[in-house]
Amino acid sequence: MATYDFIFNGLGLRDWCDQDATTGPMSMADLLAGSGGGQAEKTMLQSLWELPFPSLDALNQACPAISRSRDLTRGLEESFLNVKDPLKVVLDPITQPLSWVLETALQIFTTTPWWVMLPLLLVLVWVASRSWALMGFVATALGFLLFVDHYTFAMQTMSIIFVCAFLCVVFGVPIGIAMSRSDTMQRISIPILDMLQTLPTFVYLIPLIFLFSVTEPKLYGIAIILYAIVPVIRLTDLGIRLVDKDVIEAAEAFGMTRHQKLVRVQIPLALPNIMAGVNQTIMMSLAMVVIASLVSAPGLGVLVLRGIRNLELGVGLMAGLGIVLLAVILDRVTKAALARVNAAASVPRH
Amino acid sequence: MDHNASVSIRNLYKIFGANPVAALKRVRAGMSKADLMNEHRHVLGLSDINVEMKAGEITVIMGLSGSGKSTLIRHVNRLIEPTAGEILVNGENILDFGEARLRDLRRRQMSMVFQHFALLPHKTVLDNTGMARAVRGEDRAAYEQDARKWLDRVGLGGQESQYPHQLSGGMQQRVGISRALTSNAPIMLMDEAFSALDPLIRTDMQDLLLELQKELHKTIVFISHDLDEALKLADHLVILKDGIVVQQGEPQEILLNPNDPYIVDFISDINRARVLRVRSVMDTSPAEAPSTAGKVDADDTLESVIALSGGDTALSYEVHRDGAHVGFLNMKKLVRALVPMQAAENGM
Repeated sequence: MATYDFIFNGLGLRDWCDQDATTGPMSMADLLAGSGGGQAEKTMLQSLWELPFPSLDALNQACPAISRSRDLTRGLEESFLNVKDPLKVVLDPITQPLSWVLETALQIFTTTPWWVMLPLLLVLVWVASRSWALMGFVATALGFLLFVDHYTFAMQTMSIIFVCAFLCVVFGVPIGIAMSRSDTMQRISIPILDMLQTLPTFVYLIPLIFLFSVTEPKLYGIAIILYAIVPVIRLTDLGIRLVDKDVIEAAEAFGMTRHQKLVRVQIPLALPNIMAGVNQTIMMSLAMVVIASLVSAPGLGVLVLRGIRNLELGVGLMAGLGIVLLAVILDRVTKAALARVNAAASVPRH
Repeated sequence: MDHNASVSIRNLYKIFGANPVAALKRVRAGMSKADLMNEHRHVLGLSDINVEMKAGEITVIMGLSGSGKSTLIRHVNRLIEPTAGEILVNGENILDFGEARLRDLRRRQMSMVFQHFALLPHKTVLDNTGMARAVRGEDRAAYEQDARKWLDRVGLGGQESQYPHQLSGGMQQRVGISRALTSNAPIMLMDEAFSALDPLIRTDMQDLLLELQKELHKTIVFISHDLDEALKLADHLVILKDGIVVQQGEPQEILLNPNDPYIVDFISDINRARVLRVRSVMDTSPAEAPSTAGKVDADDTLESVIALSGGDTALSYEVHRDGAHVGFLNMKKLVRALVPMQAAENGM
């Protein structure tokens, strides 16, 4: 006898319940209990104490026609598998360029000899930061990675971050602008961004693994972009919304069009915030690129994974140190660039 | 470009709230601002405003904070849409304008100066000055000469490549003014343009504005909460209280004949000798010509005449304007005009 029998009996649904029953053991525990023989009679007080919530499983005991929770997860999986093929027909060609770009970038970063790559990166650091100290630090850090033979792995990681962070900015800034212009758009986007940010990183990978083959670079590319695009969108939206209302009013009073207002006023004044978003996006790409090594992303993450899998402590620690160095380099360089933007548009008002 | 632009505002209402049209019916049926707020949660911003802003004159709209003056000036270029009424610029109702025409109006007919300057912080002084022209699509070569000329004129020559945050408040507002002048628009809207400045700099800026106006004859709409400033600048003074025009007219006329206790209160604190002019208290056709102690100009302040007379109330002066005789000034009458209560009693 199940607890909720009375509901179905009372409603006269007994026949319907027994008609197409889903039976079978609920869980391993049930299976064991079943083999252990009949349950002892319980007192009234005990059965009240153990009153189950009318959950799917509890209702199923009373009325086998009702599905169990495991059917729910199975249904979810089946419905995903059903839409997978049509979805793939659409998504595959759209995302294919991402694979090409990632492959090309990997190719370029790993095949360019170190004596070309190193000066190029240093020039980039100089352009972004105009700081000799920072350049010295980057040279030392990269030199160290070269010295301990972690350079190729570091460059693989770097190339993935470059591509993904760049694409995050390319898509994120326009989305942020659209959000800042329309409250409806903002209301719709914020829950999605919240979800992307809070969803455990591994959960992203599951549907992606079903959609694309694990050997394709776009699999981890999409995972990284989805995870890292959030801050640049949020901060673009915030930056534009925070632009001084007086200046916006002046722009309107002098007859600027929406486009002129965006290009001449809003984006330049929001630039410090947008740059802060880019910095966050780069850091989050780095965090994700390590996890993405689970789905065949090359780079330092592979070494970390090897360290965990084979309990090779030294390999794991060394790769971890390499990731830290990359993180510090990327963070300091983007922060220095941000500081320069801030100084140029320094905004003490009133 | 048309330098004789006039603005007239007719039967203008502005109600803030969820359903302004329904609230408007109640206001027209005679509901007061307080009742509208308490019973219907709508704010009566402006109520039945009628103001003629003549071409080439400075119209000062004065009121305390919350009187609706900033709301009113934003109607002139439709930064705020009215609930009802007409706004005529050169006889055309700008409320009928579509987006493109309105933009053209803002670009070519009007310029605006803001209380907090509202300069672009990432542009140089020169680029800020040329902003209105750049917005029209002119390139730098077309406006640079004009921009430099006006920067020189407001005393900022040599600062062209500075950024706004490198300048003091007074200098930033000079940039604001040169930006408005460089646009060459016949109408200038000035929203508490000098309120954020120190008193001494404010006086400087007022003098600068009057000096520029003498040669430019723009149609200026000036918002102020400072009566001294309003009296100094105004050709036409509009006093606003709780969204209603309490009195409007020539400043001297308002000073001598205030029609509302609110205005009497307002003007009781000012230095009348410095504000009132000879023309406001002179006799144009006295019964008999008195013997005069000298000549004074119709636009002299009473203060200067008192200084001239050495405080002797027995004297009379001949009043001239542009060399022509226009009337006589009796010192006794002059002294009486300095007492505000007397004027108030007469006026009420």
